[in-house]
Amino acid sequence: MQERQIMSQEDVRRALTRVAHEILEHNRGAEDLVIVGIHTGGVHLARRIAANLVEFEGIDVPVATLDISLYRDDLRARGQSQPKLQPTDIPMGIQGKRVVLVDDVLYTGRTIRAAMDALVDFGRPEQIQLAILLDRGHRELPIRADYVGQNLPTAIGERVKVRLMETDGADEVALIFEDEPEDETDE
Amino acid sequence: MSLSRTIETPEIGGALVPEPTPRKHVLDLDDFSREEIVEVLDSTRSMKEVLGRDIKKVPALRGKVVVTLFYEASTRTRVSFEEAGKVLSADVINMSASGSSTEKGESLLNTGLTIQAMGVDTIVIRHPHSGAPHLLAQHLNKVSVINAGDGLHAHPTQALLDLYTVQDKLGSLEGLKILIVGDVLHSRVARSNIWGFAKMGAKVVLSGPATLMPPDLMRSSGNLARSPFASLVEVETDLDKAIEDADVVMALRLQQERQHAGFLPSLREYIRRWQVTDTRMERAKPGAMVMHPGPMNEGIEISNSLAHGGNSVIEEQVTNGVAVRMALLYQLTIGPGQGPDG
Repeated sequence: MQERQIMSQEDVRRALTRVAHEILEHNRGAEDLVIVGIHTGGVHLARRIAANLVEFEGIDVPVATLDISLYRDDLRARGQSQPKLQPTDIPMGIQGKRVVLVDDVLYTGRTIRAAMDALVDFGRPEQIQLAILLDRGHRELPIRADYVGQNLPTAIGERVKVRLMETDGADEVALIFEDEPEDETDE
Repeated sequence: MSLSRTIETPEIGGALVPEPTPRKHVLDLDDFSREEIVEVLDSTRSMKEVLGRDIKKVPALRGKVVVTLFYEASTRTRVSFEEAGKVLSADVINMSASGSSTEKGESLLNTGLTIQAMGVDTIVIRHPHSGAPHLLAQHLNKVSVINAGDGLHAHPTQALLDLYTVQDKLGSLEGLKILIVGDVLHSRVARSNIWGFAKMGAKVVLSGPATLMPPDLMRSSGNLARSPFASLVEVETDLDKAIEDADVVMALRLQQERQHAGFLPSLREYIRRWQVTDTRMERAKPGAMVMHPGPMNEGIEISNSLAHGGNSVIEEQVTNGVAVRMALLYQLTIGPGQGPDG
């Protein structure tokens, strides 16, 4: 087993800065924008992107949180125990809003599929956009991100670990090599 | 964080969560650890959020089949299991003893085997005989069994919803004084609640006529040490004393269908000494919660005004019941012990 750093703390900060600027550019501002973080990594990243927007433009964009456990299609295949349910909190609603979904790693796309299913249960957003810290490829669904912190081609047997200040004390994205093929992960 | 720990970390959430042995059945709370109860109560909160949505439907249990098998009358428990299953997109089939092969003399076990052979995932059973859900759980290897009330023994889902309701209102269960009043002898709700509240660090006090207390809990009986509950509860038959400083007062239904045996001198005496009333509540902690597992005999074990008063959480208990049962159905059905990949 080996571990290699893909993104340092500084890389993560720069990526989130750029993503925040791109969101503003693409949407010509932040009107009707809602940032929705997917538990757990995506929630922290969503809050940081929102903080960036306040810092750059003084715009306060609402942040919502989404737990997609109840929408997954791959729990059994992964042979994992079910994830602990996290709070879904979308107080502002998403009807007619431009939603920016935020997650840490984009891999098979199944998490995002589940997140979109969950979102539309809360209303009909005008648009759903996707912001990702790391895109590692190997999509199993026709899904792509609008905003990408970093692209990194990986092998299926490798794992990506995202560590964040909020949960691990420091920001880092690492690639973990294993001798044996690993269970597929989705994040 | 060491590398090996990182590898074992479940991807979702990123945090290191120990892998508990997956639970297959819910028969009583005696085999629940405190951690497991906390986990159910946490999931219940998420399920309540789902119930508060405009569209109360999530696909979590799509393609799963839940059978409710009720050998006793029930409104809230059966309907709430049915709603819980349907909100999670399971297919729910309701069976009752009348109108089924039970009337032709089919045994409980054979009914269970038949249902299992139909590919059902979860059986929710209510039965007048204590231990009936255990029997099914012992002999059926492909389904999960949830006890929805068996005889005088246990009603774990009611206890979990009671725990959730109190925790939701008061923040924590640790150190609370929970008073359970009335017909404890015939109450499976009381028994499961004693396990649950005790495990969560609350103090449980029972009050009611000595004839309606479990005999092995009465100090005079000399059997105290034999009861599994002996170390978990206190008994005080004088309600006015027992209610002092209670945080929660739970009145139990006086099971009048079981009263032929002369447990009570008269209903009037019961009402006079053990009805939970506004006046008696003044001795409890200010704002103490009033609970009742239902169905209520208003004017007998609880006064009308109290049942519908500001401190009553009886309707919230019902709402929370749906969320708790969603949490349990989800946990049992999606656990890794289920399915071919198990």
